[in-house]
Amino acid sequence: MNDPFDPTTPDTTTDSPPVQLLTPAGQRVTDPDYSYDGDLADVQDLYRDLVMVRRIDTEAFALQRHGELGLWPPLLGQEAAQVGAGRAMRPQDFAFPTYRDHGIVWCRGEDPTYLLGIFRGSSLGGWDPADRHVALPNIIIGAQTLHATGYAMGLTIDGLVGTGTPDRDAAAMAFLGDGATSQGDFNEALDWAAVHQAPVVFFCQNNHYAISVPLERQTRVPIAQRADGFGLPGVRVDGNDVLACHAVTTAALQRARDGQGPTLVEAVTYRMGAHTTSDDPTRYREASEVEAWKAKDPLERVATHLRDEGVCEEWFAALDTEADALGEHLRESCQRIPEPDLASLFDQVFVETTVELDQQKAEYVAWRDSFEGSVA
Amino acid sequence: MTTEKMTMVKAINSGLRASMEADSKVVVMGEDIGRLGGVFRVTEGLQKDFGDHRVMDTPLAESAIVGTAIGLTFRGFRPVIEIQFDGFVYPAYDQIVSQVARMHFRSSGKVRMPVVIRIPYGGGIGAVEHHSDSPEGQFAMTAGLKVVAPSTPHDAHWMIQQAIASDDPIVFMEPKRRYWESGQVDTGSTDLPLWSSQVVRPGRDATLITYGPMVKTCLASAEAAVEDGLELEVIDLRTLSPLDLAPVVESVRRTGHAVVVHEAARTLGLGAEIAARITEECFFSLEAPVQRVTGYDMPYPPSRAEEEFLPGLDRILDAVDRALQES
Repeated sequence: MNDPFDPTTPDTTTDSPPVQLLTPAGQRVTDPDYSYDGDLADVQDLYRDLVMVRRIDTEAFALQRHGELGLWPPLLGQEAAQVGAGRAMRPQDFAFPTYRDHGIVWCRGEDPTYLLGIFRGSSLGGWDPADRHVALPNIIIGAQTLHATGYAMGLTIDGLVGTGTPDRDAAAMAFLGDGATSQGDFNEALDWAAVHQAPVVFFCQNNHYAISVPLERQTRVPIAQRADGFGLPGVRVDGNDVLACHAVTTAALQRARDGQGPTLVEAVTYRMGAHTTSDDPTRYREASEVEAWKAKDPLERVATHLRDEGVCEEWFAALDTEADALGEHLRESCQRIPEPDLASLFDQVFVETTVELDQQKAEYVAWRDSFEGSVA
Repeated sequence: MTTEKMTMVKAINSGLRASMEADSKVVVMGEDIGRLGGVFRVTEGLQKDFGDHRVMDTPLAESAIVGTAIGLTFRGFRPVIEIQFDGFVYPAYDQIVSQVARMHFRSSGKVRMPVVIRIPYGGGIGAVEHHSDSPEGQFAMTAGLKVVAPSTPHDAHWMIQQAIASDDPIVFMEPKRRYWESGQVDTGSTDLPLWSSQVVRPGRDATLITYGPMVKTCLASAEAAVEDGLELEVIDLRTLSPLDLAPVVESVRRTGHAVVVHEAARTLGLGAEIAARITEECFFSLEAPVQRVTGYDMPYPPSRAEEEFLPGLDRILDAVDRALQES
């Protein structure tokens, strides 16, 4: 990826090796600082999430190709990062995701049909963030890192940090990509979080591209190292290793809930697909690079490990059936997403609406209803 | 009635204090607002009395001030932000326009953004660059934001409390050149709702429509016009988005002449919208085109030129003459 003709091109990939607990070949390995403490059943649960999240993604991609969605930003390749981080969160924690974090929305328990609604052009969100403690996906790059920081500051004010009560202490999680690390908002968020020792974890999925611009054109040093200058710990983790992502995030969240401040996690992963369904990645990256990452697939390694541990084929087959059912649910529910009603949107601009909006709504409704065969 | 004479700075300070006493979820945040009490001393004494969790000295980053305030609303807080000067708000523009203004709409009405963004604004104080801007129009034209501008200590005292109590995001424009002028404040009650304009001087010959720092200037113009035998009606808009134009329409239908006055530049300023609305509502009562007396379409000039740049008594009366001569 480095430009061989530019001697100043930094190497942003070969700093400290990322934390890894499960190799691409499916072998469990140890790390001096982190361990995955779940049992086999827990790993099976994580694998189930990986399969389901990938199915949401492939199903939505197909729906876009069939013209049911206007756009879809695929997460293919980033399932382990999102499931590992998402499952490390507790119900009382609060997630601030981006538009590619379908796996986070899944882990928080929201119906993925809402995501279809956003990319179908039927809604701008849909769910109530308070219900399952997950904000609506942010499309402005990096903006949500400040929202998470503010939420975390609020946790401190409310006395929900460092009380030692596991079900009470809480943290915020900001999700972002490598592109967001160039934004001012992200750098301000790191600074504020460190200054306030806010209980927030910044979970960066370094998928190596901001649309077409490679990592080495975005940062001079590895992303995790950026934390040093702000005074918070930065951890690199194999973003395709769900066990490592879970272990690192669990530790970072616990640190935050205990009142020991924020952490920046860099999950080193790869966007196997396009930026969105409108993008053509063959214009800016080599097929060989994609092939190399295919060998590090986040699902394959867990499947290999589970088979080595004696999980039977019937279990895998049952999981496939469950994923098929989810796919069918998505195809059906996509058809049932109601069309947005412009008239009702006038009422959603403000809590207390205005005379102007009421007048414009009446004007629109009268115009709409003046046509022959209109519903009114 | 318990009236007290105080400056606008003190009036806003006591309004903030009343809101913080009434609701423990009200938090105040901004640059230098804690220990220093703000560069204009609007928040003086609040940190001492309410603690540094509720009166936060923030790092110097406007986008972060607004962005973290959004996060605080997700925990039920009602943040009141101080942007130190008008010209410093632009780094926060994205968080205000893309996030604060849209969160309620994005969530189909489920999320509430009770954020108040206080901005000391306008010129006339001999300041350096970026300290005299009038960006109210940029926020008034942003769907999802409400914008208000008090002109007197009494209004400032009550409007800040009403804004904090509102569940919608409000940009609160404080006319900084009037900060140190005193007026009577009835701290017991107010009879005006937040979203209302007010006739502050009745007249029959022409209507001056203005807000914020220019209200005093227009009142002085109306007083001077008496010598010429003219009775000018002055309307203080108070709310810039939404506009409350009922008093304006009623007045212009009577006088047949309208002059809009603001410090902000002319092109696409609030005067343009107000002139359009007057044309829509009062076309057959108008005896002359609506006049605008505004700042010119240039960045705010060096302060030694600001007296020429800002609308003053002579330019306002000249516009009144033009309106009357054309009829």
